[in-house]
This record gives sequence, C-alpha cells and structure tokens, in this order.
Amino acid sequence: MKRLIGRRLFFGVLTLFLVSVVIFAATEILPGNAARAVLGRDATPAALTAMEKRMHLDRPLTTQYAVWLGGILTGNPGTSLVNGQNVMAEVMPRVRNSFTLLVLAGIIGVPLSVLAGILAASRQAGLFDNIVSVTALGLAATPEFAVGLLTIIIFATSVFRWLPPVSLVPPGSSVFSRPEILVLPVLTLVLVIFPYLFRMMRGSMVEILQSDYVEMARLKGVGSARIIFVHALPNAVAPTIQVVGLTFAYLAGGVVLVEYVFAYPGIGQSLVYSIFARDLPVIQFEVVLLSAFYVGLNIIADIATILVTPKLRAGAWQTP
Amino acid sequence: MRRQLSGAVGGILSLGAGTVGLALVLFVVVLALIGPFVRPYSPTAFVGMSFAHPSARYWLGTDVLGRDTLSRVLAGGWRILVMSIAATLLGVGTGALLGITAGYSKGVIDDAIMRTSDVLMAFPQLILALLFISLIGPKLWLVTILVGAIHAPQVARVFRGATLRVAAEDFVRHAESLGVATWRIILREILPNVTTPLMVELGLRLAYSVTLITGLSFLGFGVQPPTADWGTMINENRIGLMASPWPVLVPIILIALLTIGMNLLTDALSRAMLGRGRRVELVALDDKPDPADAGMVVAGGGTR
Repeated sequence: MKRLIGRRLFFGVLTLFLVSVVIFAATEILPGNAARAVLGRDATPAALTAMEKRMHLDRPLTTQYAVWLGGILTGNPGTSLVNGQNVMAEVMPRVRNSFTLLVLAGIIGVPLSVLAGILAASRQAGLFDNIVSVTALGLAATPEFAVGLLTIIIFATSVFRWLPPVSLVPPGSSVFSRPEILVLPVLTLVLVIFPYLFRMMRGSMVEILQSDYVEMARLKGVGSARIIFVHALPNAVAPTIQVVGLTFAYLAGGVVLVEYVFAYPGIGQSLVYSIFARDLPVIQFEVVLLSAFYVGLNIIADIATILVTPKLRAGAWQTP
Repeated sequence: MRRQLSGAVGGILSLGAGTVGLALVLFVVVLALIGPFVRPYSPTAFVGMSFAHPSARYWLGTDVLGRDTLSRVLAGGWRILVMSIAATLLGVGTGALLGITAGYSKGVIDDAIMRTSDVLMAFPQLILALLFISLIGPKLWLVTILVGAIHAPQVARVFRGATLRVAAEDFVRHAESLGVATWRIILREILPNVTTPLMVELGLRLAYSVTLITGLSFLGFGVQPPTADWGTMINENRIGLMASPWPVLVPIILIALLTIGMNLLTDALSRAMLGRGRRVELVALDDKPDPADAGMVVAGGGTR
C-alpha cells in the first residue's frame, strides 16, 4: 500500500512539473515580445531593453524557467505588470476568499447530497426519488454560470429581493464583513456539485441495498434505519469519496465562472480580469495555483480510494 | 394522491425522456437557424430606451444599449451551434482515432498515446483554455480548437476501452490471420463495432461543447460585441437585471434547454442501443482507469 501511495505521489509531482513547463512554454509562444506587449507599440528601444532585462527575457529559456519557477516556489512570483504590486500580496487574499467559498459549499453540499442519495435509494421510484432525480438531471445539464444567474434572478433581482446580486466588499476587507454576499455563490456551487454526488451516492446505495448481507439483516428483522445507516452506509460511502474529490477538482474551473457571475473577489474573477489586462505574472501564478489545486485533489482522491478499498489496502493489486 | 403524483413523475421520467429531449433540441436548433431570417429588427440597431419592458413593439423589451432583445436572441444562436458542432466533431474524431489506434496497436504506441492524454487530462481544462486564450486572444477558431482539444483525451480513453474488447473477438483474429492491413482492420472491422460509444460520445460531448463555448463567451472570450450572441448577451445585460431580466433570462433558458435536451436525448439513445436499464454512465465507468494504476490521473469532471 505504501508503495502504491508513493507511486501515486511521485506521478503527482511529475504531473505538477509538466504542468509548470506547459504554462511557461505556452507563455513563450506569445506572438511578439512580452516586453513589447507590456509597454505597447510606441516603446523606445531603450525602454524595451530595460524591460527585457527586468523580465529576464535576455537570458536563455532554461534560466528564465528556473528563475520563474524558483520565484513561485519561494513565494515570490514577481510584480503585477498593471499596478506594480507584489503578485503574492494581490493574489493571496483572493485565494482565501475562493477557499472560503469552496469549503462552505463542501460543508453544506456534501452532507446534503449524501443524505438525499440515501433517502432516494431507500425508497426507489418514490415521490422524493423521482423529484430529486429529475432536478439533479436538470441541474447537471445546466451550465454553472446559468445556474448562478438564475439564483440571482430568483433571489436578488426579479422575483425576490432578499440578497445582494453582486459580492461587493471594500478592498482589503474580508468577505465575512458582509456574510450575506456569500449566500448565493455558495448556493450556486452546492447546486453545481449536488447532481454528481447525489447520483453516485444513490447508485452505490441502491446496489448495496440489493446485496445478500442486507437481505440477511432484513430477514433477521433489523430495523430499516439501522440497516441503512449501520449496515449499508459504510460500504456505500467508499465510492463516493473519490467522486467528492473529483467534483471539487472540477470546481477549479467552475469557480472561475461562478465568481465572475457574482463579481466575487476570488482567484477566478481575478484570473478573468488579468487576462483582459494581459497581466502575465498574475495569470501565470493563478494558473499554477489552480492547476496545483486540481492535481492535488486528484492525488488525494486516488489515495483516499486506495485507503478505503480493502483489495488495494492489502497491496493485492501489486501481484499481477 | 401522493402515489398518483409519484406515478406521474415516474412516467415522464421513463417514457418521454428521449422524446422530450428531441423536442427541446429541435426547438432551440430551429429557432437559432431560422431566427436570423425572421428577426423583426436589425440585431445591432438602436431602437429605443435601454432595458425597456416587453411591449407590443418589442416583445422581449430592449437590452443595455436599447436594441431589440427578441432580434438579438433570434440572431445570436447559430454561431454557438456551428462552433459546438465543429469542436465536437474535431474532439470526438481525433479522440476516437487515437483511442482506436492505441487500443488496437497496444505496446509502445498505446503507451505513448495514453500517457500523453493522461498528462493533458491532469490540467484543469477550462483554466488551460483560458491560458491559451489569454496568450493568443479571443479568436473563434481558437475557442473551437481548444474545446475540441479538451474532449480528445477523454474520448480517446473511452474508445481505447471499447477497442480492446472488439479486438479480442474472433472476426478480428480471422482478419489478422488473413493478413489484412492494419488500417483496413481498424476501418472495416473495429470502427463499425464501436458505433454505440461513438453515438453516445457525440451526444454528451456536444452538450459539453455548448456549455464550454457559451461559458467562454459569457466571460467575454467568444463572439465579440456588438455581434449578437447568447453568451455575450448574458454578460452585457446582467448589469440591468433589476430593470429588466429578459435580455439575460431568455438566452439562459435557451442554452439550458439545449444542453438538457441533448443530455436527455443521449441518455435515451444509449439506453435504446445498450438495452433496457443500462445507463450511459456505464459506458464511461467501464473504461475508468483503475485508480490503483498510479500512473493514471483520473479525469476530473469526467461525469460531464
């Protein structure tokens, strides 16, 4: 098992390295010179040379990559080309805000979907199962930004006016200074992750409720609540763990759209604005962070699966 | 009463899903395709006050710049359809070709193709697309190619799995023993036997293409103003939601109907092709990599 996890970790780090190379290489194929892109067409040759030196463009590519990666790893990814601010100081508060959003969505969304999955599976094709299954089907097929805007239209502007439609916070202050702005973005993320977790939980629960040992328990007269929560649930949760990890990894992309919908001051919104402003250091750093989050969650999901799957835990897989 | 209601919901679920899906897709596609010819006003003409409410002259009101919402809705759908179809054909075509090649040739070629697709799948796809758009610019051809490139590795994995199963069949062995050329075996023996995953992948990928392309367009990286486009309309009119929700709501509903319809249709199609009770997820799950194979990174959002 340790070898298995070690191998997974090794390939995870290798993936992260490849990700960083691709991000750096992609920046290098930029048509025209990066210094000119920053300074504009009317830049004097002297200014261009100075800028190239500042951005280390006069050195070989491998040195440029080493300087760039070293800066990111030591927490010094450079300065923003737009406002001259330290990229780290710009991005980190936004990372905290995005993280808040994801954690809240997880705390609310995961138990909710698991519970709904259990309920639906325990009364298959019942009223609750049918209604929630149809809702989940619709939600899964609807793009995230559409879900977000529909929550705005329903709860903030056109039907009810209970909540703020956009997440405006004074610069520098925490999103918790106005907790009501968190409601709609979190609701949207919960609605986005719900269908996958619900379906997975329902599916594995249905399968286990049909198994022999559950039938045995039922024949012995065990109560249905006890069967579901004590006998069936522990075995149904295992496949769901990986789906939780993958769903959150998927949100590395989804959060960009959802934050943009609500003008929520997170890393995703910042990435979109930086792309419009062609703020290369900020774009690179944020893409690295989001990719690392994605790769990291994939690794965690795989390791969690190894830990909860008896066959893999015993290392039986290694003897082909 | 409770049982009746439950039965009714269940009935809609099982019987009409495919029909409902087909109807939804046809409705949106027909509207998007004939829309440009029947629109009452020019989609870029300023015809009134901004965010006017629906009236006899402007059935859906006006947008942020005082243009007729109905005309912009009717004119703004066909590009999304064309781009989505092109991206899907590109992605599924490339992915199927690579997957079948990998599955049939095995060995080094298989490893090279599948490890490369693993690395590609290790990226958060939307983020990678945004990186390239930020470097090259919001070009429609670029968005189409990027969306196709997002599909290809995942499609390749599905087809590799399907091909492995077909390649073990006797008729393939027979063709091999007769010395039939490899490309001929792939085209004549294997391809006709993987049409079920092909149809399912085309349907699912098309819905995902629409989601990605409208999403990028909503972020401002697709069709550029003042051209009418559903994604762009949602973005430019959302500041006026308090005044008039229609220029945002109508494109959202049309996009959602299209993607929901495609999912229902694909689901029904795969059930019909695979036999009763088996769901489309099975196709994808069969070919999910064993998480134990540590070299593989399981694709995130694989359910999409």
